[in-house]
Amino acid sequence: MSARRLRRELDGAARRAELPASRPDFLEQCLCRPPLSFDFGSTTPARSASNSPRRRGTLLLEDGTRFDGVGFGASTTSIGEVVFTTGMVGYPESLTDPSFRGQILTFTYPLLGNYGVPPTTARDEWGLPRFLESSEVQVRGLVVRGLTSPSHWQSRHPLERWLQDSGVPGIAGVDTRRLTEHLRAEGVVRGALHVGATPASDDALLDRIRRAPEYAEEDYMAAVSVRHPVAYGDASAPLVAVIDCGVKASILRALLNRKLGVLRLPHDAPVPDRWEGRRVRGLVVGNGPGDPERLTVTVSEVGRAVDARLPVLGICLGNQLLALSRGGRTFKLKYGHRGQNKTVCFPNGRSLIMSENHGYAVDPASLRGTGLVPWATNPDDGTLEGLRDRPGRVLALQGHPEGHPGPQEAGFVFDQFASRVTRRGA
Amino acid sequence: MRPPRYEKIVVLGSGALKIGEAGEFDYSGSQCLRALEEEGVYAVVVNPNIATLQTDPPKHGRVYLQPVRPEFVEPILEAERPDGMMLSFGGQTALDCGIRLADRGAYRRSGVKVLGTPLQGIRDTEDRALFVQAMGRARVPVLPSRAVYSVDDALAAAEVLGTPVMIRVAYTLGGKGGGVARDRAGVREIAERGLRLSPVGQILLERYVGDFKQIEYEIVRDRKGNTLTVCNMENVLAMRVHTGDNIVIAPSQTLNDSEYQLLRQAALRAATEVGIVGECNIQFALDPRSEEYYAIEINARLSRSSALASKATGYPLAYVAAKLALGYTLPELKNRVTGVTTACFEPALDYVVVKLPRWDLDKFERADRRLGPSMKSVGEVMGIGASFPEAIQKAVRMSDPTGDLVPPEAPRPLAEVEPELKHAGPEILFRVLEALETGASVDHIAKLSAIDPWFVEQLSGIVRESRALRRRAGHPLPASRLQSAKELGFSDRAIGRITHHSEAAVRSRRLHLGVRPHVRMIDTLAGEWPARTNYLYLTYRADADDVRPSPKGSALVLGAGPYRIGSSVEFDWSTTNLVAGLKAAGIPSVTILNSNPETVSTDYDRSDRLYFEEITLERVQDLFDLERFRGVVTCVGSQLAQNLTPGLKRTGVPVLGTTPEAIETAEDRSQFARLLERLGIPQPAWKAFTTLEEASAFADEVGYPVLVRPSFVLSGQAMRVIWGRPDLGRFLELALRISREHPVVVTKFVQGADELELDAISDGEKILVAGVLEHVERAGVHSGDAIFSIPPRRTAVAVQEELVRAAEQIAQALRIRGPFNIQYLVKDGQFQIIELNLRASRSLPFLSKFTGLPLIEEAARALLGEPLSRSGWNPPPPDRWGVKVPQFSFLQLVGADPLLGVEMQSTGEVACFGSSFPDALMRGLFAAGWSAPRAAGRAFVSVGGPALKAEMLPIVERLVSLGFGLAATEDTALYLSQAGFSDVTVLYKVSEPDRHPNILEALADQGVSIVLNVPLSLSQEKLEQMLEDEYVLRRRAIELGIPLFTSLEVFQAYVEGLAWMKDHALTVEPTYGPRGSARTSGPAVTLGVRLPLTTPPASR
Repeated sequence: MSARRLRRELDGAARRAELPASRPDFLEQCLCRPPLSFDFGSTTPARSASNSPRRRGTLLLEDGTRFDGVGFGASTTSIGEVVFTTGMVGYPESLTDPSFRGQILTFTYPLLGNYGVPPTTARDEWGLPRFLESSEVQVRGLVVRGLTSPSHWQSRHPLERWLQDSGVPGIAGVDTRRLTEHLRAEGVVRGALHVGATPASDDALLDRIRRAPEYAEEDYMAAVSVRHPVAYGDASAPLVAVIDCGVKASILRALLNRKLGVLRLPHDAPVPDRWEGRRVRGLVVGNGPGDPERLTVTVSEVGRAVDARLPVLGICLGNQLLALSRGGRTFKLKYGHRGQNKTVCFPNGRSLIMSENHGYAVDPASLRGTGLVPWATNPDDGTLEGLRDRPGRVLALQGHPEGHPGPQEAGFVFDQFASRVTRRGA
Repeated sequence: MRPPRYEKIVVLGSGALKIGEAGEFDYSGSQCLRALEEEGVYAVVVNPNIATLQTDPPKHGRVYLQPVRPEFVEPILEAERPDGMMLSFGGQTALDCGIRLADRGAYRRSGVKVLGTPLQGIRDTEDRALFVQAMGRARVPVLPSRAVYSVDDALAAAEVLGTPVMIRVAYTLGGKGGGVARDRAGVREIAERGLRLSPVGQILLERYVGDFKQIEYEIVRDRKGNTLTVCNMENVLAMRVHTGDNIVIAPSQTLNDSEYQLLRQAALRAATEVGIVGECNIQFALDPRSEEYYAIEINARLSRSSALASKATGYPLAYVAAKLALGYTLPELKNRVTGVTTACFEPALDYVVVKLPRWDLDKFERADRRLGPSMKSVGEVMGIGASFPEAIQKAVRMSDPTGDLVPPEAPRPLAEVEPELKHAGPEILFRVLEALETGASVDHIAKLSAIDPWFVEQLSGIVRESRALRRRAGHPLPASRLQSAKELGFSDRAIGRITHHSEAAVRSRRLHLGVRPHVRMIDTLAGEWPARTNYLYLTYRADADDVRPSPKGSALVLGAGPYRIGSSVEFDWSTTNLVAGLKAAGIPSVTILNSNPETVSTDYDRSDRLYFEEITLERVQDLFDLERFRGVVTCVGSQLAQNLTPGLKRTGVPVLGTTPEAIETAEDRSQFARLLERLGIPQPAWKAFTTLEEASAFADEVGYPVLVRPSFVLSGQAMRVIWGRPDLGRFLELALRISREHPVVVTKFVQGADELELDAISDGEKILVAGVLEHVERAGVHSGDAIFSIPPRRTAVAVQEELVRAAEQIAQALRIRGPFNIQYLVKDGQFQIIELNLRASRSLPFLSKFTGLPLIEEAARALLGEPLSRSGWNPPPPDRWGVKVPQFSFLQLVGADPLLGVEMQSTGEVACFGSSFPDALMRGLFAAGWSAPRAAGRAFVSVGGPALKAEMLPIVERLVSLGFGLAATEDTALYLSQAGFSDVTVLYKVSEPDRHPNILEALADQGVSIVLNVPLSLSQEKLEQMLEDEYVLRRRAIELGIPLFTSLEVFQAYVEGLAWMKDHALTVEPTYGPRGSARTSGPAVTLGVRLPLTTPPASR
């Protein structure tokens, strides 16, 4: 064990000692389980699924910092990278965003579950999840300050039951601001989230963390990517390929809504020139979890498409893969950008508010000589928020122009991409 | 790219505080001035509200204490020749004035550019028809509606839209004059009223959507089109209640991402379409069961909601809006909280805030208590917490420090509570808890009240916790229970009451068990970036403090809490200025504690540290536990702060300035009276009593009328003039209810006396007299409702010197250290002291600005125990007059009787200075919304009793000589013709509607342009409700904007003023230029306005 690691553990132990002992009664408040009847007619959100006795929740960070709270969701222990998002709405979308695969997600907003969970099996006209970003909960765990009883016309379940059904643990009653400040200062770390009848010991949890793979070393693609190509939309619409490294449903929908046909490809599949007789006229590389440098097959496929002068749109991970495909480099941010209030500045003086969820970024210096140029930047830390080639055939944003959750002003990139694809086809 | 440079900019203020337009505009104007100062712009402020920070002597600029009306502003533009004009920082008053200036061609003539949102954009948001068109272009749905200009068209439109229908009045504030009409008769009634009230004679009928969610977004946008939403807010009482009267939470709680973004994107499109440059507020109605939504309105200016959003997020909206108006773009501005990140972002909150209005409806006899589409509240507070219950419980205590939001022990049957859920009143939250306590379901309550079930469910957490506490009654409380109750916002006092422990016992057990609140920052970024902010709150849902204690020797200043009748922006002025005063006197760090989002003192850059928290004993003790304060100042935060002094003394918290014992002597009538006796200072006969028999015997002995009041109150709460025995019992009961702990006092009421006030600062030895003020009205009108004149007009200087001597004696006897205020009665050259307040008074900013004396700096020295650097009394020079005029909001309060009495009813004030009394008075009256009468109209006079009638005669004679006709009821008409007046029109009484011409008809068809109505003995008739007729008359005059006088002295002064205006033009000159040079450093502008002055109707 390194000296630094040891010091952190000791710090963590010291911090633990300051905390009050477990406070079961008050923590119960975080779960707000009312004895009152709660009947909303047809849209009844069922009361909390679990009638089992109250469970303990423990979040232990790799550096030894411990948070105790009330457990909810599944009774299990899961290991993941602990990250935080500052978004105030959109938890069903966030929890099902495949980019959060491998992570334990903390919400800085102190009340979660207010509007319950919408119908999880509902599909839109293209067969995509209607209200969610993928078919399942993607996070490894959920950390909140307070959990509330839901009220919303679209709600079908309380949040805690959904997590339970999804086999994902959650912890409430955590001082998420203290956790956030810790992550901000120390950088994101792995952690263990344990939910059970009894609290878990530090040693046991640290041991579990040590035996688990590092975040960057894990392979997520098998879990988040489609196995076979799937086509969506009108068969006569201009067809674009989407490399699925865990692409959000809203990205596909944003394309379909702009009268494009979508060919969703497995992350390691070649981008075909034609599909069932239709020419593939553009490529979209979407979001996804993990270290972009691990996705070497995808990177080379993206590079091939760029070489083929195909219009390419990169979003989030796609932005990073595009840079890598031309010889750029990526690096890991200390604690990432996760929230719906991120500022993105363009060279013409315009700024947009964007939804973001990324832990890696493109090194702008590495773009020299790649044929790509910085297009958008984050004014707060100077990180690269978008890139393009000079003709504008290649466009990429680090944030999420499709929103869900969050602002959609940057949706104009879909329009630009669609018009370029359509123009070439005409 | 550098924005264009401006040398000189005129900023219009909002005038006096009134319902619908209050302290938030001192916040916005002050932030605007700060932004201009940074840019080196010479700012010219036009605002007659003397109690504001924005009218303080500027470092680089000039202030005009003048009415914000085109007739007065245009000459200022001509004299000042500014480059630019800011219209969006002074509420609706400034915006209306700005539009009318444009209509008059004033900008074209003087070459002034309107900065910020262009005029066309303002018109698009203000004119309903244009608004509908603009929203159509922006693809934002609006409610199906019809704009009409006549009652017949209104009836026709209601046919098409169906009833119930909402009627709104164009160009009015606070939803003034509008309402929901449920049938044809209702449509007719509201349409008639609304058409008269609208300056453009337009009303709007629209589909009624009371049960929709009411959601607001605050938008900022720059000239390049960068647009973002700083905050959204949800109104707990849905669309049923005006947002000004609603319980508002930020951010929204019941919207999912789809709804949030749907409305957000619509808001951005709308702001873009209208061309906002700066800030605007957009209000939406959203169906609680679908994504159907409508844009209700846009305020293309800073508003109450934007002030709230600013405080809720820490994003300085008004400051940023001013910079954007100067031409900056959002990415060019920094987030002032972090100092490193951009201002072009949307704040993320990791807490919730709840705004709760403060109503004072009990002060207004006959006022309708139900909440609805027109605003009635006079102030507001903002609770911050990690959960809705924590924030709302704080807010309830902020609004009323004696209140706790807990369910009643013995709830009434549900059937009795239900109507009060259906028609919300100020106690709606308590009614929800009561209903929950009876066992009513969340759903049922939600359905009746249109409150979203989420909020009701959250409130039910408070009820459950109360039950859990009750089960522990009489037993020691475990840490877990205490922690749970504290997280839900219960005060120690409430926990104590429920569990049968004293507040102190709960506190000591809690601290013993380590259950304490933690300090959190409001940092705009939910902890994502390190922040340098000093903007703080406390919460129990936290494990750690965000800040370290203040340096040793620091001081805490208690603010005044919510604006209410009797305590408003003047106390914020004292609080904010005292920070600088204490710093100048050597205090290393000054912290403010306040709970009111409409204030300048809660701008976090005004103090070293700001706690946005409740002003209660518990919280002040918490702060002393956390920080290392040298002491606390309770004398600038009005009675609210001062009332904490005895408790603070008990708990060992050091109070700076006058000792708590001295304060007790001043507040406790009997102790105070003994002091005066000892000093040989005259006072009215008085007695403290606890039984009706004693009081009655005393009243018989001194003779009625008598004045009854409890100790320790401000603004005449429960104070009454009693004219006979039957009323005595009733008011004893009321007075005891207000203040159980202190005795109730009966004083002989002196009729026909003059009332004077003296403000001074004392160091215990010497006093510095700020000024001696005289009421224009005779004694009997509350000092907050009276018109003040300095110098006094009726009291000899020799008598004033006696008043000063008495003040000095008292200051030495009580060893007063700090500001104090004494009220006197003077009759036939003899004076009596009626009240002593050992705190900053309402008139301190007025006197500070009138005299140019550094009163607050001296007060700071005195508070710290240092000697004053100057002392004595200098009467003002003979050619300098100051007149302070109250602002009333009777129009906004449906049903309220505009008759004045000993209980204060005004909501704000203005002041003007001049070289003669009439010059200052008339501008003051115009600034407070009075209008000049229509030229050569008729004055309707109705005066009770032969004595008053005789007193009236010379005034009426003067009026007739000015060309006015007379109208009167039969009695008075006869009296007038016997006194030699010919041609007096007889108008029949309200109660005789079949006889014509009737008074109400004459008012309606503009046959009457002034109403004088002085009932025989104000209070008696008011209490016994004898003259329904006169009440209806007064009410109608208010509703029609006809100048109404209920005091002969004011009427006389007004008539004198009219006469003066015939021969003189009103002067418009700056009150002070740079660095507070007391007199004008610029050109005196002579206003070319002469009688007849025609102005639109406004509330008295």
